[in-house]
Amino acid sequence: MKRILVLVVFASIILHGLHAADDAGLDDSLQSSFGLLVSKSFSDKAAAIRDIAASGNPHSIRVLSSLLDGNLYFHKKNQSMILVSATTTKEYEIFDLLTGKLIETRSKKELRKRYKKVVINNKLRGLLNEKLATLTIFSEDKSTRLTSVRNILKTLNPSAVKLLRDAITQETDQDVKELMRICIAVFDARSEIPEIQLAAINTLSGSLYPEARTVLEQLKTTQFDRTGADSPLLQAVNSSLQAIELKAGVYKQVENIFFGLSLGSVLLLAAVGLAITFGVMGVINMAHGEMLMLGAYTTFVVQQLMPNSIEYSLFVAIPAAFVVTGLAGIGIERGIIRYLYGRPLETLLATFGLSLVLQQLVRSVFSPLNRSVVTPQWMSGSFEFNPVLSLTYNRMYIVVFALLVLFGLLWLLKKTSFGLQLRAVTQNRVMAKAMGIRTDRVDALAFGLGSGIAGIGGVALSQLTNVGPNLGQAYIVDSFMVVVFGGVGNLWGTFFGAMILGIANKFLEPVMGAVFAKILVLVFIILFIQKYPRGMFALKGRAAEG
Amino acid sequence: MMKYKPFIFRLLETDQGGRYFMSILLALIVLVLVCNLVVPESSSFHIPTYAVTLIGKYLTYALLAISLDLVWGYLGILSLGHGAFFGLGGYAMGMYLMRQIGDRGVYGHPVLPDFMVFLDYEVLPWFWYGFDHFWFAVLMVLLVPGMLAFVFGWLAFRSRVTGVYLSIITQALTYALMLAFFQNNLGFGGNNGLTDFKDILGFDLRSDKTRVALFVCSALALLLGYLACRFIVLSRLGSLIMAIRDSEGRVRALGYRDEYYKLFVFVVAAMLAGIAGALYVPQVGIINPGEFSPINSIEMVIWVAMGGRGTLYGAALGAVAVNFAKTYFTAVAPEVWLFILGGLFVGVTLFLPRGIVGAVQNIRGMYRNSSEAGISQEAARK
Amino acid sequence: MKFKKWGIHGICALLGMLLLQPVNSADKIKVGVLHSLSGTMAISETTLKDTVLMMVEEQNKAGGLLGKELEAVVVDPASNWPLFAEKMRELIEVHDVDVIFGCWTSVSRKSVLPVVEELNGLLFYPVQYEGEESSKNVFYTGAAPNQQAIPAVDYLMNDVGAERWVLAGTDYVYPRTTNKILEAYLKQKGVADKDIMINYTPFGHSDWQTIVSDIKAFGSAGKKTAVVSTINGDANVPFYKELGNQGLSAEDIPVVAFSVGEEELLGIDTGPLVGHLAAWNYFMSAESEENDKFIEAWHAFIGNEDRVTNDPMEATYIGFKMWAAAVEKAGTTDVDAVRLAMYGLEVPNLTGGVAVMNTNHHLSKPVLIGEVQDDGQFEIVWSTDDVVKGDAWTDWLPESSKIVANWTAPVNCGNFNTETKECSGQNY
Repeated sequence: MKRILVLVVFASIILHGLHAADDAGLDDSLQSSFGLLVSKSFSDKAAAIRDIAASGNPHSIRVLSSLLDGNLYFHKKNQSMILVSATTTKEYEIFDLLTGKLIETRSKKELRKRYKKVVINNKLRGLLNEKLATLTIFSEDKSTRLTSVRNILKTLNPSAVKLLRDAITQETDQDVKELMRICIAVFDARSEIPEIQLAAINTLSGSLYPEARTVLEQLKTTQFDRTGADSPLLQAVNSSLQAIELKAGVYKQVENIFFGLSLGSVLLLAAVGLAITFGVMGVINMAHGEMLMLGAYTTFVVQQLMPNSIEYSLFVAIPAAFVVTGLAGIGIERGIIRYLYGRPLETLLATFGLSLVLQQLVRSVFSPLNRSVVTPQWMSGSFEFNPVLSLTYNRMYIVVFALLVLFGLLWLLKKTSFGLQLRAVTQNRVMAKAMGIRTDRVDALAFGLGSGIAGIGGVALSQLTNVGPNLGQAYIVDSFMVVVFGGVGNLWGTFFGAMILGIANKFLEPVMGAVFAKILVLVFIILFIQKYPRGMFALKGRAAEG
Repeated sequence: MMKYKPFIFRLLETDQGGRYFMSILLALIVLVLVCNLVVPESSSFHIPTYAVTLIGKYLTYALLAISLDLVWGYLGILSLGHGAFFGLGGYAMGMYLMRQIGDRGVYGHPVLPDFMVFLDYEVLPWFWYGFDHFWFAVLMVLLVPGMLAFVFGWLAFRSRVTGVYLSIITQALTYALMLAFFQNNLGFGGNNGLTDFKDILGFDLRSDKTRVALFVCSALALLLGYLACRFIVLSRLGSLIMAIRDSEGRVRALGYRDEYYKLFVFVVAAMLAGIAGALYVPQVGIINPGEFSPINSIEMVIWVAMGGRGTLYGAALGAVAVNFAKTYFTAVAPEVWLFILGGLFVGVTLFLPRGIVGAVQNIRGMYRNSSEAGISQEAARK
Repeated sequence: MKFKKWGIHGICALLGMLLLQPVNSADKIKVGVLHSLSGTMAISETTLKDTVLMMVEEQNKAGGLLGKELEAVVVDPASNWPLFAEKMRELIEVHDVDVIFGCWTSVSRKSVLPVVEELNGLLFYPVQYEGEESSKNVFYTGAAPNQQAIPAVDYLMNDVGAERWVLAGTDYVYPRTTNKILEAYLKQKGVADKDIMINYTPFGHSDWQTIVSDIKAFGSAGKKTAVVSTINGDANVPFYKELGNQGLSAEDIPVVAFSVGEEELLGIDTGPLVGHLAAWNYFMSAESEENDKFIEAWHAFIGNEDRVTNDPMEATYIGFKMWAAAVEKAGTTDVDAVRLAMYGLEVPNLTGGVAVMNTNHHLSKPVLIGEVQDDGQFEIVWSTDDVVKGDAWTDWLPESSKIVANWTAPVNCGNFNTETKECSGQNY
């Protein structure tokens, strides 16, 4: 569904192409290939794909790529090929593959009734990628060429490499050229002629492509068997491999730090709301996790309401979640918690009851099943620095978002009069009241703020994990750990607490596995609190005695 | 024997609720024994063994709640990890029951429990040694939770970790244990835990007589546990720990080494929780890492708050009431029982701040000395 | 006060429970439903509760059974394993049900097992599981490992050409067993130790960055790599999201899952996951008349056209149909008579074939491999030619290969050791 935009763009390109193309249609060989495509057998389809790729027909790229994207259907009765593209989540536009004319617009159900998709499996997908790679190597678009070379690198058959050798002479772009060079070198590293082989091995030195490493490692073992330890070839292989491993090792650490920061950001978003309600107000809010959950469900509802502009839905969801959960928080404070000030541990009981009610409420309203929250296009995929280091967009945005939320909160607390009042109430409630601060209003707003921030955290979590009734429970314990570890009542403490726990977890995980890493971090927190009984950033003075 | 009787009276002298509690408990034992064993099954006064085991389970929860109330209501430490001690006691008993299966497992291995056969264990891990003896298992039921509480408490109280910090690290403790026990290669059966027990001390666990005996044991353990807690509370130590609860700083200023007293009570409470766990396991027939989950421990706190903190019998009452409500509503209203239960928690906190016991006392308008019956204002603010 | 009212209600109920014997209404056949409606497992189990209710309703419309009306008794064990045992006892002793449909997780089944055996109840367990069990009182209508894992690996090996394997699972008994079986199987097929990577994660694991990155690195060693995932329910959504985002496409490293069906995919945007695999005995996309009817009935019952069907639902369907047929055949709901009537019974499954109940209490079913499509459905890309008979005790582990289950004479036992000629530890 998130592909709608792409599909529409894609379809329009195709249609454009179709109109420009000769309306005489496809030739007979293509037509007979279609006969094979509708067959149930995957080997028939494979044969059809090979035929179409070899036909040299101008339409073949379009046919193959729409087959790869799953847009190729055929009529159940007359078996004519059609092209389908979704206009909305419910409606599908159906085009004739031959003429490119719009035939009709159908709902999903009718589409399924009348037409059948040309089903492909992974093997065919691989084949299509391979064939498309050779067809698109001279494409005008740089990224298409890059993908094409990457796909050739995967399969590396001699004819494709031969094509590459032609292409590299015409290539003007440096990135593509470099990749082509690597690709050819990987092929040549298995050459029978020692000079070519040696040159190829030296080219591969320090290259981070997994194929380069694989071929070098293979050479290492085979060469050793053949020529013994000190052939110049083996030395070249070894030095190239060392260069690769050194580089890869450095990037691995960079990747680990990023993973840690991103886990830390998730913890920060989950915990920072708690740092306000728990730290500032001394309320043990067991329903905090359910505020995260409400935020995530708000995202779901927002996306349901604006199915045609999913790309922007998060920008609507963030304020919406803040308002929804903030109001819920104020409601909880006014309805329950304000009767319980001075009895903080009782708030645990009431809010735990509330969390049960909220969970069941969500189960009743939204069903106990997980709901699907769509990730917008701009948040999916990853940014590839090099073949061993790629950072996923959603995680990067979440790191940035967490920092924005943190700084926003700090600004609110330090620079606004509400923040001033809030800090005054935190430090000395009685004195603040004596100075004329309406503490009950501050309490309600602070609780609303804490809950609202949790709601925003929920929007972020909806991009990473399940949106279901159990969402909150999965994070509540971790959130408490972060807040206490950092030091109750201090936002910077929460920030550093989250980041340190996140990074520690991610550096321990590869060594000892996910479970023991977590256990070790918990033991570490316990011991840390023994040493620093008030967390990393302890509040000083009277407020600490509360 | 002669000296013992007045001693009990002295324990309950100022404790009207406790007297009621003891009487009800004794009456319950007699009633269940008579109605289950004597009254014929056809009679409508017959209590089926199903109900006996169920009540037995509630009583073990009640013992657990009392031990929690000792730490929370009297010592002022809100333990969010009491389930850890309960679970460890349960596992110690479970290991004994596992060893009792002997070669009657599905694979018919003479020594190894089924899950070990299946995970390719060659020999029994060292920490399973000794559990074929009942006395050893009982020792471990007391020692393992006790030792954990000792080490944990020694570290925490010495460095004066208090308040929410202490609560949260107790939660970390039980959470870490849960994750550890979930691991299949730790040697405790992983997620499935220990189950399919056959007999205890040679008695078949499926026979009604064994079940009734276990029920009686639970009731007696609760009775003795209550008296033990009462004894601690009434002793000089009791006055001291309540003083610690109300103002730790002043007690320290008076020259008492408060951490030792706290440690002692904490360890005793952990052992009581261990006993509760050990009695719980043969009655429900399974022990698994779910018992360590932080949510479970929070629920225990809620039983105590619901019944009335700082009264001991109130905690027991709360445990029985909440669990009975759970049993009842999950059967009667499976779709909405969480609304009812959650609503109940909120309602009780708002309208019955001192739990059921407090409400009853309110109704009867009989306030006793606040240091006896309830929690002093000072403690409430903590 | 509200509380007082509830208190009175509660006391009445307590007295009622203690004093009153359950009234056995002779004119109704009672069907117990023991699925979690709250807690962590509610996500999966609620659907099965609805399925049983639908089947009961349909059976009643068709005139009930033996001329009697069916009545469903639903309780909520709240994803709490000891509570499962307690509720099982309540269903059989207090409500006097004739059959129980229930449980999802292995631990819940293990928890109720002693109870259902002691009270001689009848449980239909509808979920794929690790095997190593055959109880007199339980019929296992989900897949045993040889009906899911082994065929899936065969497919990956022969049709996809996988040579390097990642076995990733949640750390509990089903993945542990499945992976042990698969490891033994792969080694026997000549896969080297260094080409197998095994990884376990805790329940509800949500941060998959490191593991997915490890899989990516493991899979870039030049050999075709496949991931066999036994990751449990909730952890799957973040796992697949991470897979999609780190760009592990199905063409490069296909992931075959044994716990991911149509319902689990509901929570995921499947666009980036097209081509990843699942092995089941049923997919909603199966083309058969029974399946169309079933889906239509399900949509009508639940009142929502968007709801999907999945394999455990089919297992529940087969289980219910079989139980009903066995009751008709035996002419009574008596557990022992129904049990004997079950053996060899055939009912149509939803994929166009016939399910047969074997004497080891497992079904014979076809095995299907499906690829994820971008609409959240699976496209069936491979299926076994014939049905596969469920094997309670796997042949791939040394201890259990000696054991067979057969509940008819002369063996009449769930764990008959073919070497010692003995059964051990049976609870009856």
